[in-house]
Amino acid sequence: MAWPERVRGTDAGLISQIKLALFGRNRMSDALSKTPLHALHVELGAKMVPFAGYDMPVQYGLGVMKEHQHTRAAAGLFDVSHMGQVIVRAEDGYKAVAQAMEGLVPVSLLGLAENRQRYGFFTNDQGGILDDLMMTNRGDHLFVVVNAACKADDIAHMRAGLPDCAVEEITDRALLALQGPQAEAVLEEIVPGVQAMRFMDVAVMDSAYGEMWISRSGYTGEDGYEISVVADQAEAFARALLAHETVEPIGLGARDSLRLEGGLCLYGHDIDTTTTPVEAGLAWAIQKVRRAGGDRAGGFPGADVILGQLESGAPRNRVGLRPEGRAPMREGTPLFAATEGGDPVGIVTSGAFGPTLGAPMSMGYVPHELSETGTPLYGEVRGKRMPATVADLPFVPANFKR
Amino acid sequence: MKFTEEHEWLRSDGDVVVVGITEHASEQLGDVVFVELPEVGTQVTKGDEVVVIESVKAASDIMAPIDGEITEINEALVDEPGKVNEDPLGDAWFFKVKPSDDGQMDDYMDEDAYKDFIG
Repeated sequence: MAWPERVRGTDAGLISQIKLALFGRNRMSDALSKTPLHALHVELGAKMVPFAGYDMPVQYGLGVMKEHQHTRAAAGLFDVSHMGQVIVRAEDGYKAVAQAMEGLVPVSLLGLAENRQRYGFFTNDQGGILDDLMMTNRGDHLFVVVNAACKADDIAHMRAGLPDCAVEEITDRALLALQGPQAEAVLEEIVPGVQAMRFMDVAVMDSAYGEMWISRSGYTGEDGYEISVVADQAEAFARALLAHETVEPIGLGARDSLRLEGGLCLYGHDIDTTTTPVEAGLAWAIQKVRRAGGDRAGGFPGADVILGQLESGAPRNRVGLRPEGRAPMREGTPLFAATEGGDPVGIVTSGAFGPTLGAPMSMGYVPHELSETGTPLYGEVRGKRMPATVADLPFVPANFKR
Repeated sequence: MKFTEEHEWLRSDGDVVVVGITEHASEQLGDVVFVELPEVGTQVTKGDEVVVIESVKAASDIMAPIDGEITEINEALVDEPGKVNEDPLGDAWFFKVKPSDDGQMDDYMDEDAYKDFIG
């Protein structure tokens, strides 16, 4: 076999991170940060890989395929402590923070109810996406969760853009995700009351493992929770969850295939500084009040571009793709309109085999006129143009508790 | 049975050589989801990429370990790529190749040497 094997266009990607760890001869794990669950991952036999500066589990004994299927069938436990947890405060309370933060994101935060969470993104002056994030109204402050690879930039961006706010990175807490149809029953036993939460609700709860900050959300398309727990209680809490026979530890590999089946974007791949929220199909996250004609229209970086695209459409769109046959079309695969000739019309930004779908799946960008479901396209894989069809997202229907 | 540094195994079977990947390689790859095989009758040169394997993690190539002609391929792998994880040393052979010259396997590692190699 050719080692390292061929993967195109994934230099910053999860796949290349996996490659590095699996096939690289020189691992520099000394320089990597560790989450509070690091020792537990190693004890559980995880294969560890460098990811966004952290030594993280890519898979455990079950392997990616079974971990994926287990999460959809029962419950999976994910360590997402590498992500950034940030509290933003202002002297005048939540409203003042929300008002200031609306200058950085095209989302209605003044309209966000207490203990509710919203998805959004930091934009740049060109309308591109600097990062995507979750934002919560916590009564007297805003709580934010950002991507690991972007967190230093995000914090600097908030400090510069929110001069009257205090931006505090929370470094003494772990973040765990419990996802899947059994997540509710398992967590309810340990933290009574979580059952009553609805999708995107947030609650601060006392528990045997200290104060928990819980949201009913996730990154798998399944019902579930994300739980912020004090670092020195994280391992005991994780062990209590894993003691349930319905709960298995799940690595980054299955996290990636689960989110892709769920049609969810991975920052740095499906969205980045060159993609606008409208191109990315994320316009649903921009509330009416922030759009043209709304009471607080615009006022965020790149508003002219983004509001313009909301009015008249984007030149290209993120779409789902279903390749024919079993061969995945991976990130970086060029897309063509015909079997022969012509320049590429688009590119695949994520691609893998979908264990629940039982077939390969991809997401990518194509011109607006080729973005309708059912449009035939061709992805060039190993020099051959292979047929694929534009498909609706998500590939696997979501299973949220609304 | 002989082993290559590219984690392939070779086994003589009459006048042909059977080629597959090692258990170590299949574990490193993770769940295999797609296999593309060469055509029977193809003349191959050592180092040619003759098989494509896609796992849940990545795409890999298998290279021809010797010069010769592909005489048989294991088509069962196309429909059931998971066999590569279940039985890499047995049922999940990839292809058979008729060597153009004798002695091409001689320099490859034996099992003990391969075990040392993967450490």
